[in-house]
Amino acid sequence: MSQGALQKAHEDVHKTQPWNNPEAVPFIRFENVTKKFGDFYAVDDVSLDIYRHELFALLGGSGCGKTTLLRMLAGFEEPTAGKIFIDGVDMAGVPAYERPTNMMFQSYALFPHMTVEQNVAFGLHQDGLPKSEIRTLVSDMLALVQMTKFAKRKPHQLSGGQRQRVALARSLVKKPKVLLLDEPLGALDKKLREQTQFELVNIQEKVGTTFVMVTHDQEEAMTMASRIAVMNEGVIRQLGTPFELYEYPNSRFTANFLGQVNLIEGTLVDDDEKYAVIHSDDAGGEIYIDHAVQGHEGATLWIALRPERLRLLTEKPTDTKYNCLSGKVEEIGYLGGLSTYHVRLDSGFRIKVTEPNSSRHIEPRYTWEDRVWVTWEAGAASVLNQ
Amino acid sequence: MTGKRSTFLLSALVFGFAFLYLPILLVIIYSFNEGKLVTVWTGFSFKWYVSLFSNDGMIDAAWNSLRIGVMSATLALAVGTPAGLVMSRFGRFKSRTLFSGMVAAPLVMPEVITGLSLLLLFVTLEQLIGWPAGRGVTTIVIAHTTFCAAYVAVVVQSRLAGMDTSVEEAAMDLGAKPAKIFFVITLPMILPALLAGWLLSFTLSLDDLVIASFVAGPGSTTLPMKVFSSVRLGVSPEINALATLIILAVSVMIVISSLLILRSERARSRSMDQATPEN
Repeated sequence: MSQGALQKAHEDVHKTQPWNNPEAVPFIRFENVTKKFGDFYAVDDVSLDIYRHELFALLGGSGCGKTTLLRMLAGFEEPTAGKIFIDGVDMAGVPAYERPTNMMFQSYALFPHMTVEQNVAFGLHQDGLPKSEIRTLVSDMLALVQMTKFAKRKPHQLSGGQRQRVALARSLVKKPKVLLLDEPLGALDKKLREQTQFELVNIQEKVGTTFVMVTHDQEEAMTMASRIAVMNEGVIRQLGTPFELYEYPNSRFTANFLGQVNLIEGTLVDDDEKYAVIHSDDAGGEIYIDHAVQGHEGATLWIALRPERLRLLTEKPTDTKYNCLSGKVEEIGYLGGLSTYHVRLDSGFRIKVTEPNSSRHIEPRYTWEDRVWVTWEAGAASVLNQ
Repeated sequence: MTGKRSTFLLSALVFGFAFLYLPILLVIIYSFNEGKLVTVWTGFSFKWYVSLFSNDGMIDAAWNSLRIGVMSATLALAVGTPAGLVMSRFGRFKSRTLFSGMVAAPLVMPEVITGLSLLLLFVTLEQLIGWPAGRGVTTIVIAHTTFCAAYVAVVVQSRLAGMDTSVEEAAMDLGAKPAKIFFVITLPMILPALLAGWLLSFTLSLDDLVIASFVAGPGSTTLPMKVFSSVRLGVSPEINALATLIILAVSVMIVISSLLILRSERARSRSMDQATPEN
């Protein structure tokens, strides 16, 4: 495939969405994979399909099993049960040094006694390529990550960002079928991390390799990934595109894990084909949802409301009795681009609202102890039943 | 610094160092004494150094010691490195603590017991399989290797313990097989520790009197044995000259091995820095 065709293929992943096509053939397949360490289930019966050209993120807190899953793909751990396929080949018993994967380690794991050039060339030497070819491949790769002028340096003479680039070059130069990234940006400071996120995505688009990355940073996963698997306690809690996960979380866990959310507990009091009404003692009012809710009347549900989807009003709206909760401004956090308000509702529940500061010369509309009404559009709330 | 603190600490320091190094200093000074009496200074001279180098017994013993030192340090490296590797890289296995304890035991075993048990072993082996035939340089080398290997194992283990295992995993991930990883990645990274272990073993072998006395045979007198026996006949200024040379050699070796250990410690903390996220 030519460079142009590869790039095309990658862009297409977002458009064609092979995961929604039942006929698409997965590139990496986990089949009921379990990994036990002693009595501890690090990964518990995980099945997962990843498609060619994806930038797939495994997201979760520490100890959720994401790194174990990645290490099983690399061949550093063997599954206790289940099967892993890469490009149709069963990986059982295939040692790490024979797998079509390469890994970029969280610590970068550069060889300290070798120069940048020798580090990048190491993998090619193992394949026994001719010297002249190795030289060309290494210099091309160093150019791609903009490290050409540091070729003769040793790792300890490089900054964190530069080491990260060398590690990336070293793992990409063998043109693996799958590149595994373990917290690829974890060791960089915030500014550099944001910049590198986009660079990494650009590089992935250029080389067209399938990336599987592990991260605990939801922002990183949202920015970079085509799809995300949110993991907790060895299982995948939800799988989907960043948009799907953020807008349609399937549980309180994912709603909480991705971005900020107000979770309000309530009881279903009225369920129709086109709408639902939920009564909440937490919120001290009735909540109107613009679609049917699966559940019997009287069931306990949770409403997830993103702070940026809420609006504050200084006067009680007169047109509706739903989705309108009164309270007092308790705390204000000015973050520059936006402000966060903590509103203590009359019911005692504390709700968080963010508003953009889109203009410079404007008096703050609310101050501490102001009486306000919190409202939102009927479509803004997600209803969760677990 | 306050005056009070410095007076007390300074005198403690001076006294401590004097206690440790005054005898050695005296030996060095008197090695340049012209007179035959060890305790009366008569004038500066190199004559005892000259007479030392024409003393064939001494030279033979020194030569023996050097050979034994080089051989046992090298063997200790060959035996101790794998032991250190197992202790830090083999993962958990049953009776691992027992294994590490047993590897380190020769460090604290009384030399008399080590010497005696090795002597019994050699005698039994000679009766059973005829090797080693008699006692001599070979038996001393074997004896020294046993306790030096323990030092090497401990030095290698502590170096490996601080090394990021993902470096070796990275090599495997890039297509290198385990044996190759050991020689191309692990070995170069622990090289300073190996050199330090070798020098330490060499120094220990050079120093040893007790174990060597047990397992030595005719013609395999080491330098410490020679010195010890000649001192019993009365201290000659020649011994002072010899002692000065030994002190010089040992100091140089200790300084080099400390520098190597220091360097590998630095490399270790550097690779730890790399492994720790900066945020």
